[in-house]
Amino acid sequence: MKPYNILIVGVGGQGILLASRVIGTAALKENYDVKVSEVHGMAQRGGSVVTHVKLAQKVYSPLIEKGEADLIISFEQLEAFRWAPYLRKEGTLIVNTQKINPMPVIIGNAQYPKEIIPKLKDHFSHVHDIDAFGISKQIGNTKAVNTVLLGVSAHFIDLQKESWYSTLQEVIPPAHLDMNIKAFESGYNHISTI
Amino acid sequence: MRRLMLGNEAIARGAYEAGVTVACAYPGTPSTEIMEYMAKYEDIYSEWSPNEKVSLEVAIGASLGGARALCAMKHVGLNVAADPLFTISYTGINGGLVIVVADDPGMHSSQNEQDSRYYARFSKVPMLEPSDSNECTAYVKKAFEISESFDTPVLVRLTTRIAHSQSIVGLHEKSNYTLKNYDKNLSKYVMIPSNARVRRVEVEKKMDRLYTYADTVDINTLQWGSKDIGIITSGVSYQYAKEAFPDASFLKLGMVHPLPEKTIQEFAAQVQTLYVIEELEPFIEDQIKKMGIPVQGKNLLPIIGELNVQILKEKISEEPPTPTLTLSESIPVRPPVLCPGCPHRAVYFILKKLALHVSGDIGCYSLGALPPMEAMDTCICMGASVSAVLGMEKAQGPDFAKKSVAVVGESTFIHSGITGLIDIVYNKGNSTILILDNSTTGMTGHQDNPTTGFTIKGEPTKQIDLIALCKAVGVDRVQVVDPFDLPELERIICEETSASEPSVIIAQRPCVLLKGIALNPPLYVNEEKCKNCGACLKLGCPAMESLGTHVKINEAVCRGCGLCIPTCKFNALEKVGEANETV
Ligand SMILES: Cc1ncc(C[n+]2csc(CCOP(=O)(O)OP(=O)(O)O)c2C)c(N)n1
Repeated sequence: MKPYNILIVGVGGQGILLASRVIGTAALKENYDVKVSEVHGMAQRGGSVVTHVKLAQKVYSPLIEKGEADLIISFEQLEAFRWAPYLRKEGTLIVNTQKINPMPVIIGNAQYPKEIIPKLKDHFSHVHDIDAFGISKQIGNTKAVNTVLLGVSAHFIDLQKESWYSTLQEVIPPAHLDMNIKAFESGYNHISTI
Repeated sequence: MRRLMLGNEAIARGAYEAGVTVACAYPGTPSTEIMEYMAKYEDIYSEWSPNEKVSLEVAIGASLGGARALCAMKHVGLNVAADPLFTISYTGINGGLVIVVADDPGMHSSQNEQDSRYYARFSKVPMLEPSDSNECTAYVKKAFEISESFDTPVLVRLTTRIAHSQSIVGLHEKSNYTLKNYDKNLSKYVMIPSNARVRRVEVEKKMDRLYTYADTVDINTLQWGSKDIGIITSGVSYQYAKEAFPDASFLKLGMVHPLPEKTIQEFAAQVQTLYVIEELEPFIEDQIKKMGIPVQGKNLLPIIGELNVQILKEKISEEPPTPTLTLSESIPVRPPVLCPGCPHRAVYFILKKLALHVSGDIGCYSLGALPPMEAMDTCICMGASVSAVLGMEKAQGPDFAKKSVAVVGESTFIHSGITGLIDIVYNKGNSTILILDNSTTGMTGHQDNPTTGFTIKGEPTKQIDLIALCKAVGVDRVQVVDPFDLPELERIICEETSASEPSVIIAQRPCVLLKGIALNPPLYVNEEKCKNCGACLKLGCPAMESLGTHVKINEAVCRGCGLCIPTCKFNALEKVGEANETV
């Protein structure tokens, strides 16, 4: 059972908590020790948020240190850039190409960095950029960005297909389940070539 | 059965397994979810209390009434509840009483970083500190045992990383606690001086017994490894230390007050270098030093903010940090913002326009202090807006009052703003109070409160009538306005600030994040009409940006609230098709 550290980052309100809970619950089914450190409170009002998910035989600290994430799932470009120092050199970065301007950019006190994805690709060899917002819009629900990204991440997290599906069934309310399964599969199929 | 649980959920689970039947809290990050999970247990009476003092007093009443009772709050909540705490330590309890307090090192969502462990010493109450979710459940049960065997309330301290981390919890059966009889016992429960003096002696006896107990209790554990390094630690610091120094010897404290002095002496005698690893203040370290034992701690580690594995490695074993990507480019910060569609934005837009002095308070509306609004001048503690605006008037004179308002959320107003309002009326102030009534306790994640008409269990209940309440305390001028009606809001604020008597303006519009609130399609900018004058950007809406030639609306962020429409002289902000798709 190899330790595996996942950082999920984005903007408060994007549905990051659901994603981390799905991964944590699925990993529990496969007898990992699991810790998921979440952010509640003020940052959920549009601030930069980060959730740490750690899987191993035995997990102590709930936090991932800089340079120790095996996978970063970023819901937004700038946040991928901000948290990139947490990724191992050989780690994988999944980045939703969506951009959400932070207030200093909106009011002209700062610039949104340009060419983030090429710059990330210069540093890391496993960067996957995906328009998860576009995909979830196609499916007909712009709220499904998180499940699309989970679908992509399923390629990199060593868990059985059944664990993912049974967890989605447990965690997602029945009324939204079909749509979310579709979103998960669209994400998964998006990079089926690797 | 094993389940992944948030520390807060595990606390609720522990209370359930301990047979708790009465549970109370006022919300506050990072403690809020405790009561939210508690309320899911059907046969446990749970409540959102109006504030922490009331909450603890209800729990005390339940304990004296023979039930096992639990009360939860954030660290600053314990300041509010400190009054009953210090005296319940004297009276002792009947049914077990556990008070959970959640500290916020690093101030993720708090106005200060106080270390609640000092409350345990100060009030002479034992305190336990779990280091993961499984211990949250186990220690709450232990706390009830201690409470009943030592006739004392027991504090359980969490920090953000324990409260808000999920880890695996083993579930157990609910215990068969049976309600105790209520016995009248005046000398024990009536703390008039003659009785209190007697109980005061009992408190010291209790603490003596607890000091002895601390050396035997099974939640203080010794883990022998290399004897070169010995580490005394508790809570989340234990997890960091264990990861940083897996080979060291550990004395892990599950009980942080009182300390197991004999055990500490024995441990210290066997290790070469002794470290205390604790977040925030040198609470354990100072006591060990007082015992005459040399120890390393805050001479190496920070007193401010959270610890982590990297800090421990760098400061204690002087390991260089793992080399990581360093970005040459500066990355804009992303502070929290008022949500798109937030009713508070409209209020600050007008307050800023009128250049008023704004005595502020705590809630989502505190975000009005950030750019571009910067329209809230103060934020101290809950309720302070209302009382401080009176103080400002008494300092600066009545003309100042005509240029000032206090802003306070409806939950905060009920928590502790109402007493300030009574002061204004009683002491002849002229203040104008703006109650920002968004139908929910927003900042802490949308809890019901006495103004919403629903209990924590979602049951309909009597809804406090804010207008009648303000009138009843003697405010004759009370007006209600929809803050999205900007001209009307401006007119009313001008009218009320110029009146030479107290007034209350209730700005009423529900939080956009509430269930059942109509979500409109995003607006768009007619690029031909837009002159890029920047008027709409003054709203500080996260959905808008200037592209240099014109403004653009981010469709993924805009909630179609339409607040920006009247800010544009050129009618460039337009709605797509018909609005009002309910989700
Ligand atoms: C004594 C104390 N208890 C709890 C909190 C946590 N807290 C901060 S703001 C707030 C309530 C906010 O609700 P409301 O006043 O309705 O404003 P809103 O966030 O809805 O705008 C709470 C519970 C605190 N800061 N201090």
